[in-house]
Amino acid sequence: MLETMFARPQGIFDQLDAMHRLLSRSLGVEGSPGTIRSVAQGAFPEINVGRTAKSLEVFVFAPGLDAKSIDVVVERNVLKVSGARTSGVPRNDNNVQLYANERPEGKFVRAVSLPDDADTARVEAKYKDGILRVSVGLVEPAQPKRIAVK
Amino acid sequence: MSDRNEIANKATDSGVTANSNANSNANARPIAPAVDIFEDAAGITLLADMPGVSRDSLDVRLDGDALAVEGRVELQLPEDMQAVWAEVQAPRFRRVFTLSRELDAGRIEANLKDGVLQLRIPKQAQAQARRIEVRAA
Repeated sequence: MLETMFARPQGIFDQLDAMHRLLSRSLGVEGSPGTIRSVAQGAFPEINVGRTAKSLEVFVFAPGLDAKSIDVVVERNVLKVSGARTSGVPRNDNNVQLYANERPEGKFVRAVSLPDDADTARVEAKYKDGILRVSVGLVEPAQPKRIAVK
Repeated sequence: MSDRNEIANKATDSGVTANSNANSNANARPIAPAVDIFEDAAGITLLADMPGVSRDSLDVRLDGDALAVEGRVELQLPEDMQAVWAEVQAPRFRRVFTLSRELDAGRIEANLKDGVLQLRIPKQAQAQARRIEVRAA
């Protein structure tokens, strides 16, 4: 959205736009190991979505959570996963020296829009080894029905 | 928005399916897991985010003074799954740390819960800060 806001026909903004995209690609959520790990807003937890013939599988990579505290909501064909993470790093402790603090903490929200053939009544969520797997059943495509002409 | 389209296109263009993710990408460039590292008087604690890694696929090894943490994401994926959106593209985590001399590498404790690896590396007994008594001459 930010990109299209700045996409004016003037050359300066186009170059800034291209640079912004290049930077967010090299430092952002692609997963390549960079020395500075900068996580863009809304990039935790990372999500993979796969589709089979019968279901849509959403994998949310969110380690260190209590399964009961994760909030999974399906509303109007949008799947929303939210929760909060505490990082376990002691703060305000004078005896502790912090060297790296890369793990995101705090509240997070990720939303995935479901396809039109998603059956929102058949949703299952499992949390294992730090991955939340949400399976959304897909409605079988309707068989063509023959209608008699009276 | 253009970024998101590019990522989604990249996932489908490169033919990333469930199978290729598990097998041919096994040797793909690994992801460096995010870590928190902090030190107190007795040693160093390291927390690493490794979602999808279970105890069986976790490998923590020490080579001299290099501590290598490696894990594989084990996901049971259905055969016919096509990737629609893939922000995590490599199923392997790896990161190497250099330990300094005062750490007692032989007494590392590792704990893996819900995809978070916690390593506790104590300092050598003689390296811990000691108060030296001043004796009156």
